[in-house]
Amino acid sequence: MTISIDPQKTNNESLQPKGWLRYFSFSLDHKVIGIQYLVCGFLFYLIGGTLASAIRIELASPMSDFMPRDVYNQVLTLHGTIMIFLWIVPVVNGAFGNYLIPFYVGARDMAFPRLNAVAFWLIPPSGLMLVASYFVEGAAQAGWTAYPPLSITTPQSGQIIWILSVLLLGGSSIFGGINFIATIIKLRRPGLKLMQLPMYCWAMLGTSLLVVLSTPVLAGTLILLSFDIIANTGFFNPVLGGNVVVYQHLFWFYSHPAVYIMVLPAFGLVSEILPVHARKPLFGYTTMVFSIMGIVVLGLVVWAHHMFTSGTPPWMRLFFTIATAFIAVPTGIKFFNWVATLWGGKISINSAMLFSCGFIINFVFGGITGVALAQVPFDIHVHDTYFVVAHFHYIVYGGTVFIIFSSIYHWFPKVTGKMLNEKLGILHFIITFIGFNLCFAPQHWLGLNGMPRRVAEYDPQFQFVNQISSLGALLMAISTIPFLINVFLCVRNGKEAGDNPWNALTPEWLTSSPPPVENWEGEAPLVEEPYGYGKKFSAQK
Amino acid sequence: MTTLDSSKEIQKNNSEVHETHEDFRMFGLITFLIADGMTFAGFFAAYLTYKAVNPLPDGAIYELELPIPTLNTILLLVSSATFHKAGKALLKDKNSDSQKWLFFTAFLGIIFLICQLFEYFHLPFGLTDNLFASTFYALTGFHGLHVTLGTLMILIITWQSRINGGRITSQNMFPLEAVELYWHFVDGIWVILFIILYLL
Ligand code: HEM
Ligand SMILES: [Cu+2]
Repeated sequence: MTISIDPQKTNNESLQPKGWLRYFSFSLDHKVIGIQYLVCGFLFYLIGGTLASAIRIELASPMSDFMPRDVYNQVLTLHGTIMIFLWIVPVVNGAFGNYLIPFYVGARDMAFPRLNAVAFWLIPPSGLMLVASYFVEGAAQAGWTAYPPLSITTPQSGQIIWILSVLLLGGSSIFGGINFIATIIKLRRPGLKLMQLPMYCWAMLGTSLLVVLSTPVLAGTLILLSFDIIANTGFFNPVLGGNVVVYQHLFWFYSHPAVYIMVLPAFGLVSEILPVHARKPLFGYTTMVFSIMGIVVLGLVVWAHHMFTSGTPPWMRLFFTIATAFIAVPTGIKFFNWVATLWGGKISINSAMLFSCGFIINFVFGGITGVALAQVPFDIHVHDTYFVVAHFHYIVYGGTVFIIFSSIYHWFPKVTGKMLNEKLGILHFIITFIGFNLCFAPQHWLGLNGMPRRVAEYDPQFQFVNQISSLGALLMAISTIPFLINVFLCVRNGKEAGDNPWNALTPEWLTSSPPPVENWEGEAPLVEEPYGYGKKFSAQK
Repeated sequence: MTTLDSSKEIQKNNSEVHETHEDFRMFGLITFLIADGMTFAGFFAAYLTYKAVNPLPDGAIYELELPIPTLNTILLLVSSATFHKAGKALLKDKNSDSQKWLFFTAFLGIIFLICQLFEYFHLPFGLTDNLFASTFYALTGFHGLHVTLGTLMILIITWQSRINGGRITSQNMFPLEAVELYWHFVDGIWVILFIILYLL
């Protein structure tokens, strides 16, 4: 049986608002939804970033003098939750996935446009709810992990709203995942083989598998947790015979894969960006694909490395150490492939390229500290110290956020038809890169020397290093200014970009900028080799 | 008009720019059910871990009675068969037969729920009595929620196949097939649940 997707009818143009107003409406166009994800995520990033600045201001001095201790915990919780569930996950998956995947598979929309819109529109209300939960009596203060018994025993109304909001966001990401899997597997244009897909499709396929397999487990866990809070059951409450370690297992069964849900799409995006600006084919396509799938499989079986200090038996420690160390293999393959892609290429130094290279450098650093953390004795030494904070910020900020910016610079001309200013872009990169490393590199030292995380007060001997870190955070906050100015100026009077300013070969560049409602006028272009630079490009031009 | 490389799956429509393609809503549903199954898997894993790691003191262990859940297992298995019958009948365009089978399936679902409630009221323990009690209610309750939703959906498609000369016909089987798959899934989960919770 066949059905027809008919965006003309469902997305009736005469009924849809025109111009930028359509980005505020319930649209079924995957491009509009993608931009909605991005803008919405960015607004939450500004909130989360403000909270981060508040945290760093507090930590610039050893005493808790900027805010009371419990407010610190609430701010910390809100910061972590917003950054993960409302900024990184929706943006690297929802925003770029929605914008690019239909182009990459040669389709005019996602497989389930309506489900797609529903997935997006779950986000703003649950995000606002999360932010609002700060203002109710007793905001959530158990961290983004909501570990019991802390989350059960602290004041509860905020925690309940927190749970509800995270449940809705989880639902949104499951719907998104289903849509991506169906689009990539089923909606490919005839004759487009899986092994011809651009790398970002593979990354999103892997990510969506992780989303579908692990997010429901988090949902179930949070439901049980809310029972503990509301109905006074004892699933995770030791006083009532429950077991907190069960919560940790279930939680990390989602949240370790969540790391890959945040970073695999970034891997895919960087694999799209590097070949274009180095004018070379992506090195080792097949190994890239297999390493993504390897990461998916291994990502699902290493969760307990977060629990080495929770009384895990020796066999568990051994297994999870080895499994975790193995992830370094596919990740290493990817790293060498990126470097090989750059090697000997005609590299253009522009903002997109700089952010991508910054990503590679930061990610190597975060990856190495990750392997170190998988070693039980070392982990026991630095557990719950700033070493861990430094490690995961190297991954989530140094990895994913760098790639988000890189992608914005890369695809902005496609989306708006205007070029961003390169000088401002490079300035943005320089401040971000310096600020980032200044902020998080010293935290490794803090952690190794025993400064615990999640506390507002610390031993005065750490003050100097903390102030350096806070200075870095200040720079990072400042770095958004050139970016915002850039976008503002560009929208007002940016240089016309033309359809394909980078001379790229992937399909989205073969339509007009910005693309028409159904992606192509007439026939969709057939791209057999998205990375045919060097070989094909000279023939084409 | 330009033509897409037209296979039998994707064709370009003559006048308008839109594409027709194979119906893969079923594929989406299967993906969703895998996700849903993972929720149950998490619950099962928690239950089994509690059983292994947090044994209850002797006096706190309840014997579960088997008759009602066994009856419920049979009810659900039979309902899977009757649902299958409904689909078969619709394929042969015997719409009223199909409606009867559907209705009977929904009826079995309702009986299941009544039996479950009956069981709940006669159990010697409540939700918060101890860890076992809580997990018991969480698992059976979450499954019962699925049965409730399933029953509602069956009633809706039964009704839809009656109005407007039948909105669900052999030409438009998807709603019926989707609910059927969901129903088999819920049955399958029940069998696993029955084994883990009542027999182990
Ligand atoms: C804008 C720059 C950022 C700064 C200056 C910053 C700073 C901080 C600081 C100081 C903490 C407290 C650490 C502790 O006491 O345990 C923290 C926690 C955290 N941050 Fe960030 N952060 C930034 C960006 C991000 C981003 C982009 C993410 C994205 C995922 C993120 C995720 C987290 C998480 C998950 C926590 C842990 C919260 C918790 O323990 O509940 N941060 N951050
Ligand atoms: Cu992990």
